[in-house]
Amino acid sequence: MMLLALKRVAAALPVLAGVIVVTFILTRMLPGDPAAYFAGQSDSFAAIEETRRAMGLDAPLPVQFWRYIAALAQGDLGRSFSTGRDVTTEILERLPASLELVFVAMLLGAGLAIPLGVWAAVRQGGMVDQVVRVITTAGVSLPAFFTGLMLIFLFYWALEWAPSPIGRLDLFSMPPPRVTGFFLVDAAVAWEWEAWRAAAMQMMLPAISLGLVTLAPIARMTRGAMLAALGSDFVRTARAAGLSPQRVLWRYAFPNAILPVLTTLGMVFSYSLGGAVLVEKVFAWPGVGSFALDALMQLDYAPVQGFVLVLGVLYVVLNLVVDLALLLVDPRIRLEG
Amino acid sequence: MRLNAATTVGVLITGLFVLAALFGPWLAPHDPLATSAARALQAPSATHWFGTDQVGRDIFSRVLVAARLDLGIAVAATAIAFTLGLLLGASAGWLGGWTDRAASRVVDTVMAFPLFVLAMGIVAALGNSVVNIVWATAIVNLPFYARVARAEVNVRREAGFVEAARLAGNGSASILFRHLIPNALPPMMVQVSLNLGWAILNAASLSFIGLGVRPPTPEWGIMVSEGAALVLSGQWWAALFPGLALMLAVFGFNLLGDGLRDAVDPRRRT
Repeated sequence: MMLLALKRVAAALPVLAGVIVVTFILTRMLPGDPAAYFAGQSDSFAAIEETRRAMGLDAPLPVQFWRYIAALAQGDLGRSFSTGRDVTTEILERLPASLELVFVAMLLGAGLAIPLGVWAAVRQGGMVDQVVRVITTAGVSLPAFFTGLMLIFLFYWALEWAPSPIGRLDLFSMPPPRVTGFFLVDAAVAWEWEAWRAAAMQMMLPAISLGLVTLAPIARMTRGAMLAALGSDFVRTARAAGLSPQRVLWRYAFPNAILPVLTTLGMVFSYSLGGAVLVEKVFAWPGVGSFALDALMQLDYAPVQGFVLVLGVLYVVLNLVVDLALLLVDPRIRLEG
Repeated sequence: MRLNAATTVGVLITGLFVLAALFGPWLAPHDPLATSAARALQAPSATHWFGTDQVGRDIFSRVLVAARLDLGIAVAATAIAFTLGLLLGASAGWLGGWTDRAASRVVDTVMAFPLFVLAMGIVAALGNSVVNIVWATAIVNLPFYARVARAEVNVRREAGFVEAARLAGNGSASILFRHLIPNALPPMMVQVSLNLGWAILNAASLSFIGLGVRPPTPEWGIMVSEGAALVLSGQWWAALFPGLALMLAVFGFNLLGDGLRDAVDPRRRT
C-alpha cells in the first residue's frame, strides 16, 4: 500500500520536471530582448550589456537553467515590472479567487452532470439518452466568455436580478477577514452572512458560465461508467436475487461507476482553470488568470510564465491527490499493484 | 452509413459553415470593413440583419466573412497537429525503446498543462500573430494524435500481415508507411473531427483575450470582445451574433465528430 503510493508519487516527478523545463523554454523564447526592456530609458549599448550581465542573461543556457531552478526552489518566480511586485506574492494572493470560482463551477457542473449521466445510462439509446447527448454537446460547444456575456445581459441588464458583474464583491460589502481566501468559506467562518450572500451573488453568473463547460465530460464519463457497471456480473446477480431496481442502481452500480468519474474530475479541473482565464476577464474577477492576462497585454512576461508554471504544477499535484485518494477508496486498485 | 438525427444536424451545420468559409466574401451584402458614423450601433433591421457595431460596420457581413479565418486557423492547426502527431506517435510505436520513452515523456508533459493556458504561454513566447495562434493550437493538440497513432502502430507491430510484409522483403520504413500508418488512419480521422470544434473554440478564445488576430479584421472572438462593453448598456447584438456563430460552428463540428466516432468504433461511445 505504502509502496504503491510512493510509486505514484515517483511517477509524477518526471512530469513535474517536464513542466519546469517547458516553462523555462517558454521563458527563454520570449520575443524582444528582456535586457533592453529592463535597461529602461538609457538605450545605450553599454547600459543594455550591463543589464544583461546583471540579469545573468549572458551566462550559458545550462547555467541559466540551474539558476532558474535555484530561484524556483526558493519560491522565486521573478518580478512583475508592471506592478513592481514579486510574481509569487501576486499569484498567492489571487489564487484563492480563481480556485473558488473553479470549485463552485465544478460543484454546479458535477451536481447536474452526474444525475444526467446516470439517467442517460439507465435509458440507453432512448429519447433521454439522445437529449442528454445533445445538451452536453451544446454545453461543451459554449464559449464560456460568450455565455458569461449573455448571462450578464439577461440577469443584470434585462432582469436586474444579478449585481453589477464586476469582481468578487459589490461596492457596499467588506471582504470577510482572510482565513482561506475563499470568500464563501471565510464569510461563513466569520459568521458574516451578509457578506456571504453578497459573495454568493457575485459568484453565481461566472460560476454558471464556467460550470456549463464542465457538464459534457462529466456526464459522458458518468454515462459510460454506469453502462459498464450496469452490464457487469454483480449487477446481474443482484437483479436475479430480486433486489429492487432502485437499490441495484444506487447501492450496487453507482458506487462502482463513481470512481472513473472522480478521475475525470481531475482533468475537468485543469480544463476549467484554462476556461477561468476567459471568465475572469469577462467578470473582472481578480484571479490569477486576469493577472496573467493584464501582464501579457503589457508585454510583462514574468507573471505569464509564473502563471503557466503554477497551473501546470497544480494540475500534476491534483492528479496525484486523486490517484492517491482512489488508492485509499478502491481495494481493486490496491490489489492490482 | 446510417446517420442518426444528431449527426444529420451536425452535417447540415458544418456544411453551412464550410459554404460561408468558401463563399463568404462574395455573399456578404456589405463591405465588412466599411465604417460609417451615421449608422453606428443600429439594432438588427431589414438592411442590417445583425445590426451594426460602434463604428457602423455591418455585423452580418463581418460574421459571414469571419468564417474563413476562424475555420482556416482551426483546419491549419489540426492539419499540423495531425501530421506531426502521426509521425511522432507512429515512430514511437514502431521503434519502441528509447524513442518511445522520450516521445511519451514529451506528450505527458504537454498534457500536464491546462491546454488553453499553455497555448497562451506559447503565443506569448513566440510572438503575438495569427501564425503563432495556429502553432500554439497545433502544439497543444499534438499529444492526442501522437497517442492514438502510437497505440494503433504498437498493437500491430507483431501482427501477421506485418510479419508477412517483412518476409516479402519490405524495409522498416516501407512497412511503417504502407502497412501500419494506413491502419491508424480511421481512428486518427475521428480524432480530427472531434478536435476541429475545439480548435475553433481555442483560436477564438485566444483572439477574445487579445492575442493573434488584430482589429479591424473580422473574427468571431475579437468581435465578441469588441461587443462585450456594449452588453452592459443593453446593445446586445454586437456580441450576440458573432458569439452565436462561434457556438454553432463548434456545436456542428462536435455533433459530426461524435457521429463519426460512433460509426467508426461503436465501442468507444461513452
